[in-house]
Amino acid sequence: MPRRSIAAGLMAAALLLGSLVAPAFAAEAFIVVQSTTSTQNSGLFDNLLPRFTKKTGIQVRVVAVGTGQALKNARNGDGDVLLVHAKPAELKFVEAGYGVKRFDLMYNDFVIVGPPKDPAKVGGMKDPIAALKKIAAAKAAFASRGDDSGTHKKERALWKQASVDPTKASGKWYRETGSGMGATLNAAVGMGAYTMTDRATWIAFKNKADFKILVEGDTKLFNQYGVILVNPNRHKHVKVKEGQAFVDWLLSPEGQAAIAAYKVKGQQLFFPNAKK
Amino acid sequence: MQDFGAAFGEAFRLILTLDAGLLEIVVLSLKISLSAVALAGLIGLPLGAVLAVVRFPGRAVVVTLLNALMGLPPVVVGLIVYLMLSRAGPLGVFGLLYTPAAMIIAQTVLVVPIVAAIARQVIEDMRTEYDEQLRVLGIGPLGMVRTLLWDARASLLTALLAGFGRAIAEVGAVIIVGGNIDHVTRVMTTAIALETSKGDLALALGLGFVLLVIAVGVNALAMGLRRAAARGAYA
Repeated sequence: MPRRSIAAGLMAAALLLGSLVAPAFAAEAFIVVQSTTSTQNSGLFDNLLPRFTKKTGIQVRVVAVGTGQALKNARNGDGDVLLVHAKPAELKFVEAGYGVKRFDLMYNDFVIVGPPKDPAKVGGMKDPIAALKKIAAAKAAFASRGDDSGTHKKERALWKQASVDPTKASGKWYRETGSGMGATLNAAVGMGAYTMTDRATWIAFKNKADFKILVEGDTKLFNQYGVILVNPNRHKHVKVKEGQAFVDWLLSPEGQAAIAAYKVKGQQLFFPNAKK
Repeated sequence: MQDFGAAFGEAFRLILTLDAGLLEIVVLSLKISLSAVALAGLIGLPLGAVLAVVRFPGRAVVVTLLNALMGLPPVVVGLIVYLMLSRAGPLGVFGLLYTPAAMIIAQTVLVVPIVAAIARQVIEDMRTEYDEQLRVLGIGPLGMVRTLLWDARASLLTALLAGFGRAIAEVGAVIIVGGNIDHVTRVMTTAIALETSKGDLALALGLGFVLLVIAVGVNALAMGLRRAAARGAYA
């Protein structure tokens, strides 16, 4: 192999690189949405986004991370729209001037799942606070997200209402995975631990083994999702027109109907509740 | 574990049906990792050769540092590149975050130390062997770098392959700077992470097998090239 062909090979690779970099600068109509793992892992976006793109020609690029990280990324201006589920944190985000306005979008609920043996005997309970108290009293293994996500924020709020500080038992019966919902469910199933999950992720989750929903149906387990356009006054590159079009579509009768129509195994995962 | 059987089934199904989604992901993975390795070669090979040939004060420290950087955690590299490319970061104006370019940058940072460190060792060993001849011929440092790089090409291919192995296998960096966006920045490893978090372990493992097959293919191709080159040299 002559020396020149190696140089040519490297040049070809560099050209390939150029072709990859170029699209980043092309004026394609797309927006970046910072969102949560539950909306992605449940398949909602796969169902929703093609409809919006077909109608408007705007491509939607979803970065699915925990709500905490999504808020942080959006704060840095690395997204045009934020779609998450931690209302107090979302309101704070808008108040601090990072978002234009927050809209209620849809809801579902959280459930506590666990092994069929149910060592803390919480099966069939409604009140999550009483259930958490029993789990703590029994020192039964509980897997927490531990990642400052929307679900983790909710879980911590419930522990607080139960007047239990589980972090004292961190590493013992209280196990913080520091991972997404799916990874935490995998861990919980592996350890035979209880965990709290949003219903959508649970229904779509494929590695349930013999785990079951044990606690559900209380208003305290309500899970509200909100949508926010990132404030162009903070980050002037925010694609206001395209981003607003996405927000408007989600809140429109058409978008709301599309959310309601998404089902897995015959079960509706998200319930639209935008104010008209 | 019934998952292994199911995973093999998934892998075969994906390959045999030439799944369009899979093909897209595989092509993007290869484009990104091969680009990163090419870039890392352009930077790392000369860097390693210069370190092997030129003596300067503090060289031992630089070499130790370079060797240590081979162990850079991908997630740390991802985080650093994220902070640089974020809209709030110094390079934010280019809008590179969540694009394949960002992933290439992150993987290049990961691979350069591997290529440079291995190249440094290979060339230094060879230099000791050639030292006298090169000196007799009166070849300067730059000439030495060029000659040694060329003569060590077969071994340096291994350095590039080690770098490729690192690039194609890592997930920590590309998932942060790429965002695992469907049809845009989703590669093999981030797809595997996603399917795992969906609890679809069979599909995740199936994708893992496909990744392994690709890695074997690239290595076999490189070895074939090396053999062809060796035959050419002695013909």
